[in-house]
Amino acid sequence: MSILGTRVLRVEDPRFLTTGGVYTEDVQDEQLAGAGHVSFVRSPIAHATIRRIDVREAAAAPGVIAVFTGTDLAALGTVPPMMPGLVNRGMRRPLLATDVVRFVGEPVAVVVTDEPYQGEDAAELVDVDYDPLPAVVDLAAALSGQVLLFGEVGTNIAANFGDQGALDARLFDGCDAVVQHTIINQRVAPAPMETRAAAAAWGQDGRLTAWIPNQGAQGTRAALASMLGLDAGQVRVITPDVGGAFGAKFGADPEHAVVAWVAKRLNRPARWTETRSENLIAMTHGRAQQQTVTIGGTRDGAVLAYRLEILQDAGAYPRAGAILPLLTILMAPGPYAIPRAEAVGRSVVTTTTPVGAYRGAGRPEATAAVERAIDLFAAEIGMDPAAVRRRNLLPPFTEPHATAFGALYDSGDYAAALDKVLAVADYDELRRQQAGRRDRGDTVQLGIGLSCYVEITGAGEEAGDPHENATVEVHPDGTATILTGTSPHGQGHATAWAMLASDELGIPVEKIALKWGDTDLVPEGGGTGGSRSLQQGGAAVRQASQELIGVARQRAADVLEASPADLRFDPARSAFEIAGDPDAAVPLAALAEEERLLVRAVFSAPGATYPFGAHVAVVEVDTETGKVVLRRLVAVDDAGFVLNPLLAEGQRHGGLAQGAAQAFLEEVVYDPEGNPLTASLADYPFLSATEVPGFELVDMQTPTSYNPLGAKGIGEAGSIGSTPAVQNAVVDALAHLGVRHIDLPASPQRVWQALQAARTENA
Amino acid sequence: MIPAPFDYLPAESAAHAVELLARHGDDAKLLAGGHSLLPMMKLRLAAPALLIDVGSLAELAGVRADGGELVIGAATCHADLAADELTRADAPLLAHAAAQVGDPQIRHRGTIGGSLAHADPAADLPMALVALGGSVEVLGPGGSRRETADDFFTGFFETSLEPDELLTAVRVPRNPGAGWGYQKFVRRANDWAIVAAAATGGRIALANMGPVPLRAHAAERALAAGANAAQAAALAADGTSPGEDMHADRGYRQHLARVLTRRALVQQD
Amino acid sequence: MLLKLNVNGQQRSDDVEPRLLLVHYLREVCGLRAANVGCDTTSCGACTVLLDGKSVKSCTVLTVQAAGQQVTTAEGLAADGELHPVQAAFRREHGLQCGFCTPGMVMATVGLLAENPEPTEDQVREGLEGNLCRCTGYHNIVRAVLAAAAAGDPATSAGSGRSGPSGPVRGRGAPAVGTSGPASDAVGA
Repeated sequence: MSILGTRVLRVEDPRFLTTGGVYTEDVQDEQLAGAGHVSFVRSPIAHATIRRIDVREAAAAPGVIAVFTGTDLAALGTVPPMMPGLVNRGMRRPLLATDVVRFVGEPVAVVVTDEPYQGEDAAELVDVDYDPLPAVVDLAAALSGQVLLFGEVGTNIAANFGDQGALDARLFDGCDAVVQHTIINQRVAPAPMETRAAAAAWGQDGRLTAWIPNQGAQGTRAALASMLGLDAGQVRVITPDVGGAFGAKFGADPEHAVVAWVAKRLNRPARWTETRSENLIAMTHGRAQQQTVTIGGTRDGAVLAYRLEILQDAGAYPRAGAILPLLTILMAPGPYAIPRAEAVGRSVVTTTTPVGAYRGAGRPEATAAVERAIDLFAAEIGMDPAAVRRRNLLPPFTEPHATAFGALYDSGDYAAALDKVLAVADYDELRRQQAGRRDRGDTVQLGIGLSCYVEITGAGEEAGDPHENATVEVHPDGTATILTGTSPHGQGHATAWAMLASDELGIPVEKIALKWGDTDLVPEGGGTGGSRSLQQGGAAVRQASQELIGVARQRAADVLEASPADLRFDPARSAFEIAGDPDAAVPLAALAEEERLLVRAVFSAPGATYPFGAHVAVVEVDTETGKVVLRRLVAVDDAGFVLNPLLAEGQRHGGLAQGAAQAFLEEVVYDPEGNPLTASLADYPFLSATEVPGFELVDMQTPTSYNPLGAKGIGEAGSIGSTPAVQNAVVDALAHLGVRHIDLPASPQRVWQALQAARTENA
Repeated sequence: MIPAPFDYLPAESAAHAVELLARHGDDAKLLAGGHSLLPMMKLRLAAPALLIDVGSLAELAGVRADGGELVIGAATCHADLAADELTRADAPLLAHAAAQVGDPQIRHRGTIGGSLAHADPAADLPMALVALGGSVEVLGPGGSRRETADDFFTGFFETSLEPDELLTAVRVPRNPGAGWGYQKFVRRANDWAIVAAAATGGRIALANMGPVPLRAHAAERALAAGANAAQAAALAADGTSPGEDMHADRGYRQHLARVLTRRALVQQD
Repeated sequence: MLLKLNVNGQQRSDDVEPRLLLVHYLREVCGLRAANVGCDTTSCGACTVLLDGKSVKSCTVLTVQAAGQQVTTAEGLAADGELHPVQAAFRREHGLQCGFCTPGMVMATVGLLAENPEPTEDQVREGLEGNLCRCTGYHNIVRAVLAAAAAGDPATSAGSGRSGPSGPVRGRGAPAVGTSGPASDAVGA
């Protein structure tokens, strides 16, 4: 019986549960002995020129080793934006602000102290003179360019996607019904439980060792090296346990580079852990798209045309968020067969926290837009939203399907996903209950919301096609070690990759150790994000294990004095035997005694895969207060083969929760002056256990042919389908009262205001 | 994240605490559970030079009956108050309010004295005390005094406590079997109220509708004149000028005040 | 100032400054780093420990306030290398992913079950309102707490290495809709 597909408990858990994970702040290493503690001074104002920074009082405070400003780091220059060909290359960022600050929270100075407590005392004493400039928060204002963030650049537009001026004026010809709406996919904070941190030490050999929580040590090393003007070979990145990332710990931030620079400058190791308040304003935010959706079709439910126009808020310095519209556009039509569709976008800079990737990274935005559009269209023509979806879904396919947007969906059965989720949710019964409440005029109304989605996982890196490496080694003592280029931060790769190796090698999971995240040990790797790990990294582990058996077979043949073809590998015994003569056997581990037994393999995928699914959300809306309570969230998330259902379910739960949180709870709010109003966990409405129910997961596995496992990526699926399902449910609850749309998040006030507006309209 | 440096002295008695307060004036703050003060100090919104710890003084803990009143020691933590049999029987609104504060960990530390002295208009216990028509006992250098809840809260996070005074006890009327209603509107379970309403014995108190917990006087008068819950509650926001924040603007807050008041009154009956 | 307190059964005597937060005392002075700092507004609960048996957020307790008292951390739960029943339940139910919130979540659970040994699902969710998690969506955490409660006392073993279907916890007050669909499709209900 293969272990693959079974619910194996995590091997990493015992230590997490007892002594706790070793996160960057916990790291005890002799190289870090005597480290100075780094505290950042950050701008309290969204947009200003820096007239003067006076560090004298701070420098004299107890325990202060040094205080540095942007002037001290001038030699390092500025950091270009990601994809500078696509993104305006003039929008560069200093490691510490020098003459201008562009968002509340931008680092302006750094204080280094003997003890961490002293850092906060001293940081307060750094005196910065700001000359305020007008803030740019509103997207229309940003577009107008009246106030520029980068004067020399001459525009606030960071990137264009497609030609705004070349939209087809006749796209909706022949449509009986056309609906247009401008909707918001609001800014949210990734807020992993572990904030950002760094520890840095320089060796006698001039090499930097940096401990940084990240999603891919190799990418972090490259980013760090680039910011510091070093060759990658001069940098070693070590990845301690990482307390969550969700897309916001890729690469490296200026603060990480500053910590490393401080250590070099002071010839003394340096450490930094940001506070949560810093994290909520200085870690990249997510989403932040304004979307205009236009959808048209026939009165009997056929969607003929769809247009998506995106205005992406990039924040002050373009990061990944500035280019995510590429993915939103790629996935714009979702799982639907829409004859005519177009999508364009722009990203603009604003005097707010830079926007980066956040679970789903561009794809939740696409799904949220088209799912809202489908519901708007359904309401317009008076048709059941499930029926409209069923009418327009692409029919099932097993051969790759190319979309007009350049995506190649590998396999999909979207209607089956919809049917399954409706069945488990008992959709008809829900509609009956809803009707009953409407008839009685209950204060608390029931809303049923749907979403159908397809998303892209495992897309290639800038550096080439999707691939990942793994090294598997069997030791003479019967244990094994795997080196992986993935970078788990909660996903359980230590267990999952061990399962894959165990299945091939016959070595128990508990005897297989996984190593990752140390660039000296694993110099190449794509990290963990974009739901790529199993389909590429896992496939590589399996491939390396199989190839190792092949290498071992040769050795076994010598030992057993037989022909390799006559040998059979028995995973149950982890031994080679001469076929038909089980006593003539040699254990796999024994074949590692004379010479190391290891194989490094690179798995290359033919392309990205496209998991899909359908969600049903059931909400109760108090029509007197506007409060939304999520009662049920039923999810079909089909990512092909499920290696470990326990882990896959956990990923789905987490995604569902985050997606639901975006729908009715979480948002980052700025006032018109660019001051963040949600800068602490007391203010930012971070989801707690009381706001969500247990989730109902439905199993569906449509394999892909793109890797031998048949696996697609599951990590982000939950967050993609759930947001629109919950949003649609809230609107659905109030549809009979005339409400057509409520923006994310469906806060009580927004819901109540929508009700008021509908009542006024219908009065 | 870290408070500015300070000195710390455990008080040996309530009188000793008052003596220390008198000596150190504005430089000193009292510390009981610390769950109103320490969060402010960690964000450096407060930076007293001296903390006087009264948290373990036995004379400030516990609940006892005194004729027609319950006397609750100021250093009684919310969890203990919520579970206290006497309070649950004779002033259940107060026990319920204590059970709404924050989360279990916070309730194991935060005290009623600390909460009242902190005087957050969005908090549960100040509103509950106003609804119950309770009072506080205060010890100062000149002796002790009593003050009604209506008079005690004087402004936004302000009470009538002088810098050299210690809140020693809270008194509420004993009313076993009396109806009560409590409605707290939040987005997440352990949030401060966006608006809250508490009703009992003809009194209606509102949280987060102004700088102090407010009495809904117009609604109370209507009730006294025989109006039903809906009619009285329609007047709940009269005279209020609530603040605005990301959760609620003025109009929505006033609307919530009316809805919650009606629900509290219905609950009461 | 000189302070005496008991940490995980061990008497300690340390010289600490008044503003030293209990969480930092545990982490930096005692070397017990399971409790984590996840926020600065007493919101997240990652720092939760037991103080004289009651769950508290150690980031909002001054070390000096713990004088003469008993602190129990996650490290102090497991006895003789066996997982505490709550820890074991978390493992069996996959109630942790990145692990950062986990020690605090476990201690909050121990505190919760000490006060309410047979909580309903609603009571579990409310009981954990002071503990934030970003990874799990709380689903398996709630299952773990209920499982630990159901297991009652003893059973400290980590289990067989396999776990049963991780069905959804019954939503509270959910509309009365039965599960439908063949068992092979729906993962419990």
